[in-house]
Amino acid sequence: MTEPSLKASVPSAKAAVAEPTAVLSTEQLLPMYRMMFLIRRVEESLLELAESGKIGGAMHTAIGHEAAAVGMAAALRKEDYLTCTYRGHHHSLARGMDPKRAICEVLGKAPGFAKGKGGSMHFVDPSLGLMGANGIVGAQVPHAAGMALAAKIRGEDRIAITFFGDGAMYQGVMHETFNMAQKWKLPVIFYCENNRYSEMTPISRTSSVSDLYLFVRAYGMESMQIDGNDVEVVYDAITKAAARARAGEGPTFIEGITYRLAGHMAGDLETYRTPEEIEMQRAYEPLARLHQKLLDRGVSEEELNKIRAEVEEEVQEAVDYALEAPWPDIAEAYTDVYKV
Amino acid sequence: MRKTTFIQAINEALREEMRRDERVFLIGEDIGYYGGLFRVTRNLLEEFGERRVIDTPISEQGFMGMAIGAAMVGLRPVVELMYMDFYLVCADQIFNQAAKMHYMTGGLLHVPMVIRGQQGGGKRYGSQHSSCVESTFAQFPGIKVVAPATPYDAKGLLISAIRDDNPVLFLEHKMLYFTRGDLPDEGVEYTVPIGKADVKREGKDLTIATFSYTLLQALEAAEELKAEHGIDVEVVDLRSVTPLDMETVYTSVAKTGRLLAVHESQANAGIGAEIVARIYEEAPYLLAAPARRLGMAPASIPVSKVLEEELLPWKNDIKATVLSMLK
Ligand SMILES: Cc1ncc(C[n+]2csc(CCOP(=O)(O)OP(=O)(O)O)c2C)c(N)n1
Ligand SMILES: [Mg+2]
Repeated sequence: MTEPSLKASVPSAKAAVAEPTAVLSTEQLLPMYRMMFLIRRVEESLLELAESGKIGGAMHTAIGHEAAAVGMAAALRKEDYLTCTYRGHHHSLARGMDPKRAICEVLGKAPGFAKGKGGSMHFVDPSLGLMGANGIVGAQVPHAAGMALAAKIRGEDRIAITFFGDGAMYQGVMHETFNMAQKWKLPVIFYCENNRYSEMTPISRTSSVSDLYLFVRAYGMESMQIDGNDVEVVYDAITKAAARARAGEGPTFIEGITYRLAGHMAGDLETYRTPEEIEMQRAYEPLARLHQKLLDRGVSEEELNKIRAEVEEEVQEAVDYALEAPWPDIAEAYTDVYKV
Repeated sequence: MRKTTFIQAINEALREEMRRDERVFLIGEDIGYYGGLFRVTRNLLEEFGERRVIDTPISEQGFMGMAIGAAMVGLRPVVELMYMDFYLVCADQIFNQAAKMHYMTGGLLHVPMVIRGQQGGGKRYGSQHSSCVESTFAQFPGIKVVAPATPYDAKGLLISAIRDDNPVLFLEHKMLYFTRGDLPDEGVEYTVPIGKADVKREGKDLTIATFSYTLLQALEAAEELKAEHGIDVEVVDLRSVTPLDMETVYTSVAKTGRLLAVHESQANAGIGAEIVARIYEEAPYLLAAPARRLGMAPASIPVSKVLEEELLPWKNDIKATVLSMLK
């Protein structure tokens, strides 16, 4: 069915070309387009802020990864738990995080959701089911399985999803978690955003397995490889996996093939790939794909322009707000060590 | 009141808390059907079922991480590590995840869980099954560390640990398991607060601050010092390593003028060094003579009985140190 490849020179769209793509109505897709564009513009704005020296540390953007987050948000319920990686702005925004609070957090400003203590790598908001983005590769994956275990212990109709990269597949904790999740039929979805690079190293240079979705087959887990850049395909796969999880049929592993259009992190020199490779991948990136899909379905360019203009305004407002926002009270440095 | 073993006290605390609070569940290796390698969790699976007493594969990172996830959404897991030495296998989950979660999320998430298990030397288990880990854990803000020495304190502190909203490391020295002590009748509810020391022996010449199994060693040393040398040692049972109850230590040293901190983890960069540093920073005027610490020498624990005995900072080392301090 698929002709998968770990090589970044293979277009992302090549995976799972046979999957159904017309599962959502135009009315459903329009807000998804809006969200995808919002994520894109927030990320681009953050990169600009980083370039101007306003953001310290490591900031990883999800430019090119938007379909995974937007498809997920449409497929799951708000009360479903989510954990993800340091590359987690897109999941949080798609679940409804206010861009103002998000940008404030990245800048270390007081109105940030974690008062500036977490920053770019630790996006979180339990009221949106966002149970933590993690700076340690793979560490958030057992957390999601534990949340699924909690739902099972309590008898709740709630599932968990966790996002991780291709590089995380080589962490031992992942396999410990896969085994237990399958053995205990936990209601959890493992979503691998395979952008085919771990930091600056293509996984084809380090992996002895060429198709990541095959790893979990040894545990007896349902798994598939999909075109992670087609939001409808992502939506469809997660919807089906969620139904399995809710029905007590256990976990599903989804490998969504994607491509990171920006550097691994702000300031990445990108000496490890050619401009031609990036250019070739632009034809398959999720925002352009959805744009074309909507035009094909008869939505006018004017309507899409209008949506984009609104988003531009919202994001600019959020950036201005964050730049003006106050720093946290220095007393905050000492709080939240223990819950009292 | 009745006499029970240390093991029985822990088992009762688990049972009573599981009856009281639906959110409490147990997870670890061999804890369910077998009842725990040291029989601490025996008969709990029978009462609470597989849903709340979970036997895991040998996957410390995985089940520690899953317990953290379950705690983040409101359950209260009690994780057993078969030997405390194995915390190193899942150290990322304990220190980078559980301990830092509340802080790095600006208070949005918290991790109410207990990590418990046995540690320490004295049974010839060798280098990878005998470590005392309290000093390492004390380096990490965000996690509490308790190390009781009596069945009464063990039960009361474990109940407090389960009810605490933070990750708590609960240390059980393997030499304590079959010691016996007074315990209120089953079902009579009591707790022992975390972070509160207890004077286990009154004296006027020197204060020993310690916890866990070295507390029993210090009490024996104190009796012998009294009988053999007429020296009257006060023994403070810290009971918690994080937070440290230095107030009780200072009250004692105000009376004795001398302080010796004792623990089984190594002395170098250990919790005893911290206790000594604290008194020099906060209350040096209480000291009539230099404060000291006593812990393991910088070696791993060997198997041979004579070598292990040589290294463990137990009764004879405590006596010798006290005598040298009073010379
Ligand atoms: C345990 C651990 N090792 C190394 C790192 C440094 N690091 C951060 S991101 C990354 C690459 C991860 O790649 P992948 O899982 O494919 O995710 P991607 O960044 O491509 O989204 C590495 C090695 C880390 N954060 N944690
Ligand atoms: Mg990657």
